Amino acid sequence: MLLRTGAEIPSSEITPKELYEAFQANRRSVLTGLGAMGVAAAAAGFPRMAAAETKLNNLVETKYAVPDRATTPEAKAKSYNNFYEFGEDKSDPAKNAHTLRTRPWSVKVEGLVQKPRTIDDDTIAGYRPMEQRVYRFRCVEAWSMVIPWDGYPLAEFIKAMDPLPSAKYVQFISLADGKQELLPGGIEWPYSEGLRMDEAMNPLTLLTFGSYGETLANQQGAPIRVIVPWKYGFKSAKSIVTIRFVDKQPPTTWNELAANEYGFYSNVNPSVDHPRWSQAHERLLNSNTIFPKYVPTLMFNGYGDQVASMYAGMDLKKNY
Amino acid sequence: MPSRAIPYLKAVVHVLCLLPALYLLQMYRSGALAAEADPTNFITHFTGNWALWLLLADLAITPVRRVHSALSWLVRFRRMVGLYVFFYATLHLLTYVLLFSGYDIAAAIDGVRAGHLAEPWTQLKLIWPTMLDDLKKRRFIQVGLAAWVMLLTLAVTSPQRVLRAMGGRNWKRLHRLIYVVGIAACIHFWWLVKTGVRTPWEVTAVLTVLLLVRLAYSIRRRAKTVKTAAVAGA
Repeated sequence: MLLRTGAEIPSSEITPKELYEAFQANRRSVLTGLGAMGVAAAAAGFPRMAAAETKLNNLVETKYAVPDRATTPEAKAKSYNNFYEFGEDKSDPAKNAHTLRTRPWSVKVEGLVQKPRTIDDDTIAGYRPMEQRVYRFRCVEAWSMVIPWDGYPLAEFIKAMDPLPSAKYVQFISLADGKQELLPGGIEWPYSEGLRMDEAMNPLTLLTFGSYGETLANQQGAPIRVIVPWKYGFKSAKSIVTIRFVDKQPPTTWNELAANEYGFYSNVNPSVDHPRWSQAHERLLNSNTIFPKYVPTLMFNGYGDQVASMYAGMDLKKNY
Repeated sequence: MPSRAIPYLKAVVHVLCLLPALYLLQMYRSGALAAEADPTNFITHFTGNWALWLLLADLAITPVRRVHSALSWLVRFRRMVGLYVFFYATLHLLTYVLLFSGYDIAAAIDGVRAGHLAEPWTQLKLIWPTMLDDLKKRRFIQVGLAAWVMLLTLAVTSPQRVLRAMGGRNWKRLHRLIYVVGIAACIHFWWLVKTGVRTPWEVTAVLTVLLLVRLAYSIRRRAKTVKTAAVAGA
């Protein structure tokens, strides 16, 4: 059984050609925010540099909200990022990521798919209407935020790519370009992350292009990333250049660096400690106060209703 | 350096050593600290880094002084800088106890305001098991606390009176612990960061150089003493 979420669509039901045409139609009509800035910059003769975030239009409101927690101030979410390609300190990416060129951008879709292809970012972004979803975001370092992300379910994109039934995992590979990024030593680049196919197809998993109603800031992993809200933040790969469908669990960066600290699953789990700190609580960074606000960490980051069934029968202490 | 300039110079060094703490206080008062994405994390790194940097500065005093006899007055600042290392290390430890461990500062303050003077203590008892658990399980906390306890010992024995009571030789021997503190602090840093992260390499490199200079000096001196002894024996 490939998928356990009921979201499965047999390969035969999808016609790649039609969808590709849908892509083309959508990119013209839906995408205003992403393209406009780049086109304007090119027309004005500016060098192709990192554009500032631009407003996203026609966002669809959704039921995904965190009513009991205030949203993290935008400035905090955009100045405190773990994006090691741009430095090891959490303030480094905001300082250094201006060198990332997010346009032009394309994503290679390869591996166990009917038809491997390379798709440009406008096409991907315009394929489905973008939704705004407010999710809890839990870092493995025991702090958390509440962030509105803009995108659409990764499942929609995967279905359109028509993976073969033998595809059991999806691997995400991030940009690794020494001309645009620092790529500090000690970590093997490119950054690689992965999800089991049912996790990737879960309706919560968001293919993400923006936050706070704007295109992603470079330091957040522009122009395309995933958001997997029930897992620790590092599972949500940034600045994706390759999506690969594979039959075996793919190697993932932090797991390779320290398997005892970062499991492949890395589901948010208050009962499994990180070797250096407890995961039972988290510092909720959603207000401008000096004294930290501690809240208990929720199993699956509070998304158990939507995801727990995928792990039925698994020992989550062993498969952390 | 004329002796009468020393008190003025000491005042300058005091101000310099206090500047980071004053900067932090200013950040607090201006609201800049609250606007930091993660104030707790910021304060932890700020106090920890300054403790470490001042420790390296302190360890550098002896080798620099040995460059030339005209610099020997530098030694009079060694103990003072060392006490500031203890000061920042203590702030660092307090950050862990009061901000990182889950201590409810707001409740403690409200309690005191309402006349329950024991409230801060009650709050501390609440997080005590968490801290003990941390201490039992996490080696970076063990080595960090060990470094602080050593610094405490050096701070307590730093007054002139204690030096006299202990005798110069013993005192000197005890205060060599400052090198162990330096090593422990670097290990604390390495054990804290994620595998693959190399942020602590700079402080480690400086410490290594300082220790090697120290070692080279003592080897040379020993060789000299042996030679002198041989000559004297002949």
